[in-house]
Amino acid sequence: MAEIKVDPQKCSGCGLCVDSCPFKCISLLDGIAAVREGCNFCGACVEVCPTEAIKIKREERAVDLSDFKGVLVFGEQVGGRISPVVYELLGKGRELADRLGQNLECVVLGKGMQGAAEDLVSYGVDRVHLYDHPILEAYRDDPYTQTLANLVKETKPCIFLLGATMIGRSLAPRLAVRLKTGLTADCTGLDIDEKGNLLQTRPAFGGNVMATILCEGHRPQMATVRYKVMKRAEKRQGWRGEVIERSLDETSILDRTKILASSHEPPGCSITEAEIIVSGGRGLGGPEGFKLIKELADALGGAVGASRCAVDDGWIAYRHQVGLSGKTVRPKLYIACGISGSVQHLAGMQTSDVIVAVNKDPNAPIFKVADYGIVGDLYEVIPKIIQAAKSAGR
Amino acid sequence: MEIIVCVKQVPETTEVQIDPVKGTLIREGVAATINPFDLYAVEEALRLKERYGGSVTAISMGPPQAQSALRDVIALGCDRAVLLSDPLFAGSDTLATSYALACGIRKMGSYDLIICGLKTTDGDTGQVGPGLAEELGIPSVCYVRRIVELGDGYMVVERTLDDLYETVHTPIPCLITVTKEINNPRLASLKGKLAARKAEIPTWKPQDIGADPKRLGSAGSPTWVVKVFHPSTRRATEMLEGGPQSQAEQLIAKLRQRHVL
Repeated sequence: MAEIKVDPQKCSGCGLCVDSCPFKCISLLDGIAAVREGCNFCGACVEVCPTEAIKIKREERAVDLSDFKGVLVFGEQVGGRISPVVYELLGKGRELADRLGQNLECVVLGKGMQGAAEDLVSYGVDRVHLYDHPILEAYRDDPYTQTLANLVKETKPCIFLLGATMIGRSLAPRLAVRLKTGLTADCTGLDIDEKGNLLQTRPAFGGNVMATILCEGHRPQMATVRYKVMKRAEKRQGWRGEVIERSLDETSILDRTKILASSHEPPGCSITEAEIIVSGGRGLGGPEGFKLIKELADALGGAVGASRCAVDDGWIAYRHQVGLSGKTVRPKLYIACGISGSVQHLAGMQTSDVIVAVNKDPNAPIFKVADYGIVGDLYEVIPKIIQAAKSAGR
Repeated sequence: MEIIVCVKQVPETTEVQIDPVKGTLIREGVAATINPFDLYAVEEALRLKERYGGSVTAISMGPPQAQSALRDVIALGCDRAVLLSDPLFAGSDTLATSYALACGIRKMGSYDLIICGLKTTDGDTGQVGPGLAEELGIPSVCYVRRIVELGDGYMVVERTLDDLYETVHTPIPCLITVTKEINNPRLASLKGKLAARKAEIPTWKPQDIGADPKRLGSAGSPTWVVKVFHPSTRRATEMLEGGPQSQAEQLIAKLRQRHVL
């Protein structure tokens, strides 16, 4: 277990550490910093201490981690189609693998996925492990967890990335528990530190805070990664990699749940795929405001998004919700209309290429993340934007 | 039907602010509350109990004051509650939390179903539910939005998977995590509030549940936070002036210039 100690000789009682502690567990006792229960050894106090009076000692682990090499990406598929987040994981995975001087590998589980596996290689992958078996056709916890655990035990990757999709979020925690390793949810940033460890950055507290997380003593370092945050891998001409077909011992596979039926959401609703999104919030004043939002979206060839307020009030369906409790989007253009810009909303759209905000309140937080801001009544401004867009030839 | 629900006490997150100068969380005066996502888990458990009989037990891990979250769920109708609380549990990441909860649940005895909320509003990971199922060696179905059928030794549920809905058959005992679509959580009744006030909530320590201290708290957590900071989101905002007509024309011209239109 880690240990934190304050050297009373060095501590000047300045109190900087007291303010730096995100967990509020440092106080001054007789002019000397004292750490209470609740410390999670984040090191914020060590960084701010001007006299280097605070030391954190971390337990050294005896496990030999150097056996673990390479970056493994889970090549999630739904209905035989590789999920778009996989290409982003491959883009980031290649970068991390190159930094470490190691291989990028990908694993595909499914039925009839040979073609897709071959295609994935050309995105800069050294090895694609393919398990092709009817049992793996659609995602189920048991056979997926077991197959991936077997692969990880055999190939010993240093880093294992999965998309933070609903499948990834169901699967990764089971896998991490089975492998007894660390898992970081919903990462938006990945980097390698000077010791070669993976620095995993993710939002917490509803996006209010970003936290950087390390998994120093366990391998693989597992993370689920948000869609539309990392840059997509490009196809590489003449890239050489291989597909390794792996067999599955079905007698050893536990197989408890069965899928009785499945149905797709109505098409055309997917805001995660849209290049242009026009979103409405409480400033619309009522459900009928979304007619105007839809009109602008149609004029620009985009999709309709919404803030949590608008969805909670029943003005529009949940699948349109952008934000931490809805969907993360990264379109080329995001137009926020009558949305004040709560942290939870910003967390779902702030990586959009260009952001436009239309709001009555000049002090609305949405303007801080916008490239272009219009202060005004959206019922006056939006019809003019529709007009201008149409006359500009769209 | 013996049902266990997992709940967590969290800060009322919308009030968590970052000090603009020091860049640290301001926690003073932030009230604690039950994780809102857990209320859907509790509600679903109560509905199943009302329909099929049995009992609902809530379990939580946290500091001693997390008792109040457990009193809240007893007020809603849970029959009993247990708190795992000890300094050795502090600093647990999702792996250590899954392990601790599994030890606590094993001590409780037999059960048919464990229900968890989608995630918590503070940690925001959603990892403990499926992790706990793996620790216990039972099947898990995440993102359940409807329980279709509960039969002898099995249940049928409808789950969401991104752009897909699936009807899944699973043996019980099993663990499910539920979405906000599944129900509308009730409010506490007066009778429930009285029961909550009188309820005895046992506190279990690692030795009570046979947990290995090496797998708990910071010692049992492979991941740890190296840094917390405020996301920098600010862009150089250009405000467009001059009335709706002119604002609209400027905007379209600028968007075309930047080739987003």
